[in-house]
Amino acid sequence: MALLEVNNLEVSFGLRSGGVKALRDINFKLDRGERIGVVGESGAGKSVLGFSILNLISNPGSITGGEILFEGKNLSKLSAGELRSVRGNRISMIFQDPMMTLNPVLTVGEQMIECLMAHRKIRKEDARNIALQKLKQVYIPSPETRLDQYPHELSGGMRQRIVIAIGLLMDPDIIIADEPTTALDVTIQAEIMELMLELCERNNVALILITHDLGVVSQVTQRTIVMYAGRIIEQGPTKEIINDAQHPYTQGLMNALPQMAVPGARLNQIRGAMPPLQRIPTGCAFNPRCDYVTETCKHNLPGFTESGSCLVACHMVAEMKREAAQAASLAQEVQS
Amino acid sequence: MIAFLIKRTLQAMVVMFVISLISFSIQDNLGDPLRELVGVSVSEVEREKLRDDLGLNDPFLVQYGRFAANALHGDLGTSYFFKEPALDVILKKLPATLELVFGATLIIVVLSVPLGVYSAIKPGSLLSRLVMGLSIVGISIPVFLTAIGLIYLFSIELGWMPSYGRGETSSLLGWDSGLFTGDGLHHLILPSFTLASIMLPLFIRLIRAEMMEVLQSEYVKFAWAKGISPWRIYFVHALKNTMLPVITVGGVQIGTMVAYTILTETVFQWPGMGFLFLEAVNRVDTPLIVAYLIVVGAIFVVTNTLVDLIYGLVNPTVKLAGGK
Ligand SMILES: Nc1ncnc2c1ncn2[C@@H]1O[C@H](COP(=O)(O)OP(=O)(O)OP(=O)(O)O)[C@@H](O)[C@H]1O
Ligand code: SF4
Ligand SMILES: [Mg+2]
Repeated sequence: MALLEVNNLEVSFGLRSGGVKALRDINFKLDRGERIGVVGESGAGKSVLGFSILNLISNPGSITGGEILFEGKNLSKLSAGELRSVRGNRISMIFQDPMMTLNPVLTVGEQMIECLMAHRKIRKEDARNIALQKLKQVYIPSPETRLDQYPHELSGGMRQRIVIAIGLLMDPDIIIADEPTTALDVTIQAEIMELMLELCERNNVALILITHDLGVVSQVTQRTIVMYAGRIIEQGPTKEIINDAQHPYTQGLMNALPQMAVPGARLNQIRGAMPPLQRIPTGCAFNPRCDYVTETCKHNLPGFTESGSCLVACHMVAEMKREAAQAASLAQEVQS
Repeated sequence: MIAFLIKRTLQAMVVMFVISLISFSIQDNLGDPLRELVGVSVSEVEREKLRDDLGLNDPFLVQYGRFAANALHGDLGTSYFFKEPALDVILKKLPATLELVFGATLIIVVLSVPLGVYSAIKPGSLLSRLVMGLSIVGISIPVFLTAIGLIYLFSIELGWMPSYGRGETSSLLGWDSGLFTGDGLHHLILPSFTLASIMLPLFIRLIRAEMMEVLQSEYVKFAWAKGISPWRIYFVHALKNTMLPVITVGGVQIGTMVAYTILTETVFQWPGMGFLFLEAVNRVDTPLIVAYLIVVGAIFVVTNTLVDLIYGLVNPTVKLAGGK
């Protein structure tokens, strides 16, 4: 059994006014200790996916379909109390902007200790010691002093280390990190990412890493999910996706990377922009921006095609597979 | 801390200077004090002599200089009506007014925090909508109507509450107060609610709005993600951040409430500064009016300084010592 299994997940916003679906047909699995990257342009639904796992979608959003199985238990069906015993304990989250994630009026120590005391019956001094130990794990200098400081007394990088330490407090099975380095100074982004990788490897923690940065994905994760307009359009081993992307959208993302550009030339951005949720085109949502678009693409939603170890939602890829298969069987016939 | 106090003291001095200047200069516009001071039988020549004696014919700046010099010695002139130092007359009435403000503040704090927080947490519930609706109504009813309504219901119809006066007082450490006698407290209830009725709806709405905003914040979302109890999220994570702006606004409003006591005290014949002030205006008792304005100004300055001090102590991101 996979550690986490998401089946046909659907999340909608604003049920009263008709409602728009922010996520549809989300299917993926995460094994113990596995690191998975979630990429896609802004508004693709990456954060919504991250939050929906812990049922943290706030009003007017809600999970309107599918299931999220954590060790076989459906998280979206748990009572408030049961859910609380999963949040921050078995599955923890790291947010994007450490300037906003920590409460400005509580000390670092208070914010760490409360989490430990919520999940374990322990004395305050013991909780403090564990907090101290975790701060050491994330290489915070003079951790003893930090515990009694307020967030505003610390730098951004330091705060994100603390957020990571909070994420690790209960030795969780899964960490969901939503763009954990985007808000940080460029010079410390790599540092923080390395720290996360090290900690996940050492503690055998599974990671769902939401990011814009395909470079980070290739360094840190084993598998990658590519999202577009609320759906997964390609998923598979990171190596395959990075080296040999099948879906035109993924290819577009790869070509847009600065490393891919000819020096001096303009970046190869995908033309157009992702449609808002209310105006997702019929058929393949990517069709208005796609260079390979056909009539089929405009009317029919592409299903998933296996390509290598990847799953790709694209008519063209399906077509090519079919042709390749035909060619192969033809060749076989000819041979025999 | 020392720097903060010095800065605030300087600020307070400037503010008090402006207040004294304003209140002194309006006394010219309040009518002729001589009319009150002497009867009609006094001749014009005698009046003119009296004016000269009182210094009323000197240039404005000379008059103000004299006034300010005296004021610095605690002498704000002598009440024409009471024939006593104006400041003493005012200060004798101060406890009654402060009690009223204290009662109203207590009511506001005790009611607005739970109601504001509740209606922020459960915005759709029946109680929240009731509270929000009533608060709109509350804001739009004038104070004297509230007072009359309360008196009619609780004093006349039900007979539970006294309808006027301050009741029995007792003295504690030289403070003559109604807070320490049952009768005094009994008399305090209706006027306090009346005075509170202006600010209470505003505070409920303010706390609700702030709390709702805080509940949307990333750090509250992060707190949920940590799996801590809702109780802790609402009352430790959210409430503390909610109250910071409320304290600032609240401090100013408490100062404002001192001014609102004029109406409440008049309706309930509460023997406080406000009641006295209205009488002084009717009698054109200029020194008393000026003294009142200066005392109220001083209360404003003191409460604002206290509020800033408290804000600095509650908010860890504010360093009292440093300037901005
Ligand atoms: N509270 C909300 N109310 C209504 N719609 C929302 C809400 N939160 C998210 N959405 C919608 O869900 C879609 C996906 O948002 P999401 O934040 O998951 O994007 P993202 O992929 O994380 O983008 P980014 O890279 O900018 O973080 C957006 O189009 C947005 O309109
Ligand atoms: S399905 Fe068609 S439009 Fe969509 S990505 Fe594939 S080729 Fe392009
Ligand atoms: Mg996001």
